[in-house]
Amino acid sequence: MSSDSEKPSADVKPEEKTSSPPPKKPEEKSVDLPAFEKGISDKIIEKFGDKVEVAFVKQDRVGINVDRDNVHDVAEFIRDELNYDHVESVSGVDYPQDKEIEVVYHIGSYTDSSLASQILVLSTRAQREENPIPGNDATKLPTLRDIFYSVEFHEREVFEMFGVYFEGHPDNRRLLLPEDWADLPPLRKDFAIKGR
Amino acid sequence: MLKDLVTPENANVFIGKLGDILEKAIDKPLGYAINWGRIWSLWPVHIETACCSVEFGAASSPRFDVERFGIIEAFGSLRQCDLVVVQGTITRKMAPRLRLVYDQMPEPKYVIAMGACAITGGLYFDSYNVLPGIDGVIPVDVYVPGCPPRPETLIQGCMLLQEKIKRMKARKFV
Amino acid sequence: MTSELPPGLALQKVDERIMTLNVGPQHPGSGHMRIVVQIDGDYIVACDPDPGYVHRGEEKMAEYRNYILNIPHLERPVIHDSCNVLYPYVLGVEEIVGIEVPERAKYVRVIASELNRCIYTMYWLAIYGIFLGHSTMFMWPAGDRELLIDLMEKMTGARVTHAHFVPGGVRNDLPPNFEDVCLRQVNYFEKRIKEYAAVFYDNPILISRTRDTGVLSRQDAIRLGTTGSVLRASGVDYDLRIKEPYDVYDELDVHTNVMTEGDSYARSRVPWLDMIESCNIIRQALQKMPKSGSVRTKLKPNPKGKGLDSVYKRVESGRGSLGCYIVSDGKTEPYRLKMSVGSFRNLIALPYLLKGEKLGNMPSVYWSLNYWPVEADR
Repeated sequence: MSSDSEKPSADVKPEEKTSSPPPKKPEEKSVDLPAFEKGISDKIIEKFGDKVEVAFVKQDRVGINVDRDNVHDVAEFIRDELNYDHVESVSGVDYPQDKEIEVVYHIGSYTDSSLASQILVLSTRAQREENPIPGNDATKLPTLRDIFYSVEFHEREVFEMFGVYFEGHPDNRRLLLPEDWADLPPLRKDFAIKGR
Repeated sequence: MLKDLVTPENANVFIGKLGDILEKAIDKPLGYAINWGRIWSLWPVHIETACCSVEFGAASSPRFDVERFGIIEAFGSLRQCDLVVVQGTITRKMAPRLRLVYDQMPEPKYVIAMGACAITGGLYFDSYNVLPGIDGVIPVDVYVPGCPPRPETLIQGCMLLQEKIKRMKARKFV
Repeated sequence: MTSELPPGLALQKVDERIMTLNVGPQHPGSGHMRIVVQIDGDYIVACDPDPGYVHRGEEKMAEYRNYILNIPHLERPVIHDSCNVLYPYVLGVEEIVGIEVPERAKYVRVIASELNRCIYTMYWLAIYGIFLGHSTMFMWPAGDRELLIDLMEKMTGARVTHAHFVPGGVRNDLPPNFEDVCLRQVNYFEKRIKEYAAVFYDNPILISRTRDTGVLSRQDAIRLGTTGSVLRASGVDYDLRIKEPYDVYDELDVHTNVMTEGDSYARSRVPWLDMIESCNIIRQALQKMPKSGSVRTKLKPNPKGKGLDSVYKRVESGRGSLGCYIVSDGKTEPYRLKMSVGSFRNLIALPYLLKGEKLGNMPSVYWSLNYWPVEADR
């Protein structure tokens, strides 16, 4: 699994692409990266070296790619050293061609006023099964609930929508779907909605 | 004369006939009175199913005031209610609950399907979790189209329902 | 599925003292959700919120519709706050497509967004009143919000579902004479909502019912990741209109209202103070708005992203921070769209607030979370 983490080459590409035509401020074309955001990503790189990969550095947004073995350590470092304190959203993104499901944490901070507008986008990838048995297959990730308490319901939602089981999460029940849902997890790309 | 006609053998038949005649005589006024009572005290169940409940709430606000027409927004038990206003989308999770609510209500009971989602699925026609209309769950009396219907439209729907009840046979439920 | 029980159907051990009570979905004090509470006598020992009764799969459907077709159905989660719920999506699409917004359109958006925040909060307040058995507080806000709905109807043509924001601006320019009407209505509205203090916020019955119930401390509010009025009622000064100003909020003078108690009373008061602040913002925006000019940059018929790209935009809605995460793969449809909504984030606080409360306080605590179930379920 850890060898697959080199895959998100698709994620690195947009960084050059989007930074070349920034939509709002054309004068930033020459200035390559915002300094403050660069500092945040540098701190993470300094600590973890090649275990992490900077996906993008934009205005107020820093994207970090981590493989599943290190996501727990990186999240702990982000909370303890960088003063991020809550998770705003946890989204899954299904990449059937990569045979991976990406789980993206958007992490923000209330306590540190210099980070008020910052969002750290921590993304990690889980192995994707062709025939998923939610909870009983290889699509698993370590939970971040013991680090960021606010992921509790978000991770439950990702579990039912993508079948990503979060190991160590105390409450992996259904949240939004009906109790008798026996189909594929609906937000996977191979789940087709009717008439489409 | 009557004494000759009524024998112990056909007494039952005769009394039955008499009852029919009596019933025909009072059926219309009695039915009218029962229906009149039903029309002006329609109590909707407090079940909200989706976003149309916003306009349902607006309909009982001072500007529209649906209570003028005898639709009293009840905050009581569903066993005292006789109207279900299905306020929008019915998802697969909500459908059994809606049926359960409907089954627990005493007869007579009426259903208004409010909003495009309750009628056909509306905007969510292709969603994986939304039923294409509630006809498969409960029988509907009046459809109120719109997404969401304006409160005036809902009030018109309620008045149509009252019109319908007026023409219903009251004895069916007595 | 294998022979073992799927998660959620496993049997639980039952304590004889503890009674399990289902509140909702058919219940005047629950809205469109179910709350399973376990009570010992009159006190709640555990609470398990069960949302999902209005889960309509918005995110999945968005993957099948192009960026423009997504507009009407993405505002359906909160139809009475439809401008705000669409705002982050529109901002995100603007960044993906790469399109400039005219200055006047930005002001129109701010005005529409603030009006909609008031409309949402008035509805929320009306329901809060009726939850507490205070019928006057249902009738007053429900009647007064019609004033602002009239304004929005004048501006957009629809009562609640406006679909007014489009990538590149707003759909239509303001109608003639709108500024004067808006100013007059907003001034009246502000005067009117200030009267609510006498009947509701200074009411001893309300105070005795909501003071010191469901106290959320500052640390817990941060740790649980709550947002919006719940966060500000617990003493955290965080408002995205100031912290991460979008459109023209950085040119306007915006104040936040922070209370430190963190109880139901503070949580019910902060949105009301926010409405008064919204009136200020609308007046400023009306003054600073360019008097003429374009309100919409025309898009190409089928807007596309530029290759693989992702944006996360957030705005301050009536219920708090509302984020929209869009992953685009260069097609006309979003590859993945996720709405991170304030209601869903505040829901996590419910079990913590209800623990140890009396059952009778449940509606006041639950609705003070500024929770709209349809939005949480999406």
